[in-house]
Amino acid sequence: MTFSAWISEPINWIFLLVGLVVLASGFRVVTAKNVVHAALLLVAALAGTAGLFLMLAAEFVAWVLVLVYIGAVIVLFLFGIMITRAPTGQDEGLDSEKKVVPALLSVGVFVLMAWGSIDAFGTTLVGATGDPISTELIGESLLGRFVIPFEVVSFVLLAALIGSITLARKDLTPIEEEEGRRV
Amino acid sequence: MSWPEFWIVVLRVILTFGLLLVVTILNVWAERKILAKMQSRIGPSRAGPYGILQTLADGMKLFFKESITPRKVELGMYVLAPFLAVIPAFLIFMMVPWGRPFMIGDHEVTLQGADLNVGLLFILAMSSMAVYAVILAGWSSGSTYPLIGGVRATAQAISYEAAMGLAMVAVVMFSATQGDGGTLSLAEIVERQSGTWGDLSPALQPVLQFVPRWNVFPQIVAFVIFFIAIVAETNRAPFDLVEAEQEIVGGFHTEYSGIRFAMFFLAEYINIFSMSAIAATLFLGGWNGPTFDGVLPGFVSAVLPTIYFLAKTYFLVFLFFWLRATLPRLRYDQLMQLGWKRLIPGALGWLIVSTLVISFRQFGPPWS
Repeated sequence: MTFSAWISEPINWIFLLVGLVVLASGFRVVTAKNVVHAALLLVAALAGTAGLFLMLAAEFVAWVLVLVYIGAVIVLFLFGIMITRAPTGQDEGLDSEKKVVPALLSVGVFVLMAWGSIDAFGTTLVGATGDPISTELIGESLLGRFVIPFEVVSFVLLAALIGSITLARKDLTPIEEEEGRRV
Repeated sequence: MSWPEFWIVVLRVILTFGLLLVVTILNVWAERKILAKMQSRIGPSRAGPYGILQTLADGMKLFFKESITPRKVELGMYVLAPFLAVIPAFLIFMMVPWGRPFMIGDHEVTLQGADLNVGLLFILAMSSMAVYAVILAGWSSGSTYPLIGGVRATAQAISYEAAMGLAMVAVVMFSATQGDGGTLSLAEIVERQSGTWGDLSPALQPVLQFVPRWNVFPQIVAFVIFFIAIVAETNRAPFDLVEAEQEIVGGFHTEYSGIRFAMFFLAEYINIFSMSAIAATLFLGGWNGPTFDGVLPGFVSAVLPTIYFLAKTYFLVFLFFWLRATLPRLRYDQLMQLGWKRLIPGALGWLIVSTLVISFRQFGPPWS
């Protein structure tokens, strides 16, 4: 399919628009000079990704993305920022000088993933039936075929949880314990 | 989509918006009037009969008032925050079915903004979006008390969202046993609560045939947890630390005035109503109730479900007002303890118990 044929369909305009919003806000996340703005631009990028999932008729994944990432993860980011420091205006110290290696790394990951999916699927359309994918189907495949990876992921999350508690917790010295001080 | 279908969608959305705006304006008045009665005062009484137009008068005043913008605000976010409060509030109510579907010609009109396949998930997603308004309003004001209000709101919303979601899971699982497979669509969950519990056990049939088939009876623990969680989610007394006047002036909206303040205020009352409506839908059977088809004239039978829905919702809204008049505000550590050490373990425990009961009823004892 040529580009001019692709662009003549209205649905692809929306795809292009959403994709550009995701790309632009993703780029601005790393260049923003204010840490709260960076977090909010990440919200825009994630909302755009949810939009892409909606266009693929994957309602469940889209709303879970909104619920978990926009509704919980970024809110926790903002919470963390605000109980430590929350400057309005510009913060020049936010710019990192080590830009080249991360940039190369992320471009490399993108190339690898793009090459992988093009190599695997080529021009075949995956699941383009137009019907929304039902929650039931997702539940059955998660607790059926993919039950072991699913449990492994939850185990990794549990380990991360325990690890972060151990890191954040400060053990009391014997003298402090005698004084009855609490952590 | 043909033209009649398109106009039906437009009609549905306009009807739902209209209903929400009217009841919200009435709610503000109702709260002031009910609180006044509970405290042996008169309450608003001048504008219109029983002061019913007081909210409109206040709204007009706020609309024409100057919106002061303090010098130290971060302007973009400061202007955006009130909109972020109102939009999710409206979208949540779009999912709630508020009346029985009826026919215009041969097209069915469902009285619901939109019936999403994953309706409950959408509600959870939108209610977690609402916290952005509060935290951004607090931060962009460039002032200390609003910032503290914003931080408090975030911690509170995250804590109680978990309990709310877990209570919802218990209902969804129970509802899956009431029909063909599980569902997250609110319209479907309401349909499954029609009728009575009469066929549950032959021995108790004479009594149970008068008990409606609402989820609240088998899921009473989930209902209590859900209700406490929605009071906390809407930042209402006794969980109103976000805007505790004695401690942090007005909380996140200290620096807001005029129409921008009015939008925060409107969002709060919309949220009270739509959260109560969701509780009524999930637990109290939504618009279900005796409609006396064939006995009463057709249009009465068509309107009755909406009246049942409003009655159930207003019962819960009344509980909100009653709580505000009765309970003092929680201290901050009490708020966190209630959320993390009581409600979330309670909801998880209830989820396990109700799962065991459901699987026992469906598959029999594990040794068989």
